[in-house]
Amino acid sequence: MAAVAASSAGAPASLRAFLQRPAVAIGLVLLIIVVALAVFAPFVTPFSPTKLSIASRLKPPSAEHWFGTDDFGRDIFARTLYAGRLSLTVGASVVLVSGVIGLVLGVAAGYFRRLDPAISRLLDAMMAFPDILLAISLVAALGASVVNVIAALGITYAPRLARIVRASTLVTRELTFIEAAHALGVGTFAILTRHILRSLVSPILVQGTFVFAYAMLAEAGLSFLGVGVSPDVPTWGTMISLGREFMNTAPWLMLFPGIAIVLTVLSLQLVGDGLRDLLDPRLSQNV
Amino acid sequence: MTMARGAMARRVLSRLGGMIVVLALLVTVVFVIVRVTPGDPAAVMLGPDATQADIDQLRAQLGLDQPMLVQYFLYLGQLLHGDLGQSIFLNQPVLSALADRAEPTFFLTIFSILIATIIGVPVGIIAAYKRGTLFDQAVVVAAMLSASIPSFWLGLLLIQWFSVQMGWFPTSGYGGPYAGFFDRIQHLVLPAVSLGIVNSALIVRFTRASMLDVLQEDYVRTARSKGMSEFRAVMRHAFKNALIPIVTVIGLTLALLISGAVVTETVFGLPGVGSLVVSAVLRRDYPVIQGALLVVAAIYVLINFLIDMLYVVIDPRVRY
Repeated sequence: MAAVAASSAGAPASLRAFLQRPAVAIGLVLLIIVVALAVFAPFVTPFSPTKLSIASRLKPPSAEHWFGTDDFGRDIFARTLYAGRLSLTVGASVVLVSGVIGLVLGVAAGYFRRLDPAISRLLDAMMAFPDILLAISLVAALGASVVNVIAALGITYAPRLARIVRASTLVTRELTFIEAAHALGVGTFAILTRHILRSLVSPILVQGTFVFAYAMLAEAGLSFLGVGVSPDVPTWGTMISLGREFMNTAPWLMLFPGIAIVLTVLSLQLVGDGLRDLLDPRLSQNV
Repeated sequence: MTMARGAMARRVLSRLGGMIVVLALLVTVVFVIVRVTPGDPAAVMLGPDATQADIDQLRAQLGLDQPMLVQYFLYLGQLLHGDLGQSIFLNQPVLSALADRAEPTFFLTIFSILIATIIGVPVGIIAAYKRGTLFDQAVVVAAMLSASIPSFWLGLLLIQWFSVQMGWFPTSGYGGPYAGFFDRIQHLVLPAVSLGIVNSALIVRFTRASMLDVLQEDYVRTARSKGMSEFRAVMRHAFKNALIPIVTVIGLTLALLISGAVVTETVFGLPGVGSLVVSAVLRRDYPVIQGALLVVAAIYVLINFLIDMLYVVIDPRVRY
């Protein structure tokens, strides 16, 4: 908590330090570019991601088609941009879902001591499932759709956030000002919403960035396996999956969506690392 | 001494108890996951062409016609007898289906963790030793980059380069049912490399971090000032004390590998547990999904327990 207070008090200085680290700055710029390209896709490319053009099937990258075309003559650059919209939306939604579940479970375990053993063991059990395997099983049970992929990945990553939230809540609830608030007759709900929640913003932000990165990778994996989003819906994962068939003759089909995933996940990890050092200097800066 | 031993036994027992609780929870979670299916799992499994009689028969076979609590205890009873149920499509007990597919997954996991460790630990040590140099920075960036690569995509690229263009390795499969050991191993090289590289990142970062911590310790300085050679000071004094976090992260990576193996096996057409699960999902073969999920998670819990026990061997200061 002291660290949080210190960082918000000295925000401009530490923010400068944050941006001055080249790795963080590169990550942030990269992330902004990726998001902007996806959001403003129609202004970036004149091509439609869905328009078929049999005459220009499987064309290699050229001045006209920067990333080449696929087996239906669709422009890969346009498809990569538009697919980014869905891939990024899935990633962000997973952060939101796992954030909400993690917050509820984490605060409950960290603040209400009697609930702690049960919730902590449940989190241990959930963390024992390999992420892709758990997500696959959940999607299999719920049915394959974008919403269910988000739900499955949200549940899969919630324990990671819950653990962080629990740990931070445990620290904060022992602080003197919480005790003082109790003594002054402030209700539990008010303490939770006014004081505890505020102390959780930084750890959730840091961990959420990493969950965003993992979720992007996992979604791509699920789509690639054909057990996630329908193959007709362009995400980076489904594009790689479809491009696989033409790997020998037209490798650009799978190359560019893959590069898009790598750059996005890399930028998220760089930003997450920077955020961790900025917001939580107590955590090892070496890792 | 007897006191310490008693305390240690208590600690081991309490960890064992904790493990059993977690295993019981795993079973419950797996049970619940399969039951959250909207609608009738039996109807979903049999597809739209099934008759009501078929569906009813499958419901009875799976015990789905019983009340939920009865189903749960039936399931527990089955598990205690080592029975994971019957695969609907393979017409084979789930346990034997898993056993048939275990070999490629086992070797893939072992080779991948070996590759990840062989890359990760030395690179992490050297990076920490050369802290702040160009090499160190390059290692940090490379580790982050490799953690950003989807393993299946790297696998596809490796197939393209080393199998299709160079012809060094087979493009897919496990060499057929009569393939010799060496032939099967050859099929595992590229999958293990792609999984190993992607998963080395965490090991590099943790090795580097924990070495940085211990290199600043007094005893390392003392060792150096005694005139001990750099290599011995780093390896005997620093590395030995940095081992606990490193072993932990190798164990953690092992768990991540199992997840990666699911996708990698599919890319390389390896007939392992991962591809079994994927085909089970596509065919809605719930007993197989359920069994695989449970076995893999139980292995993970067991690995964690063993790592905990390993601490005592590595570090005599850890007294349970």
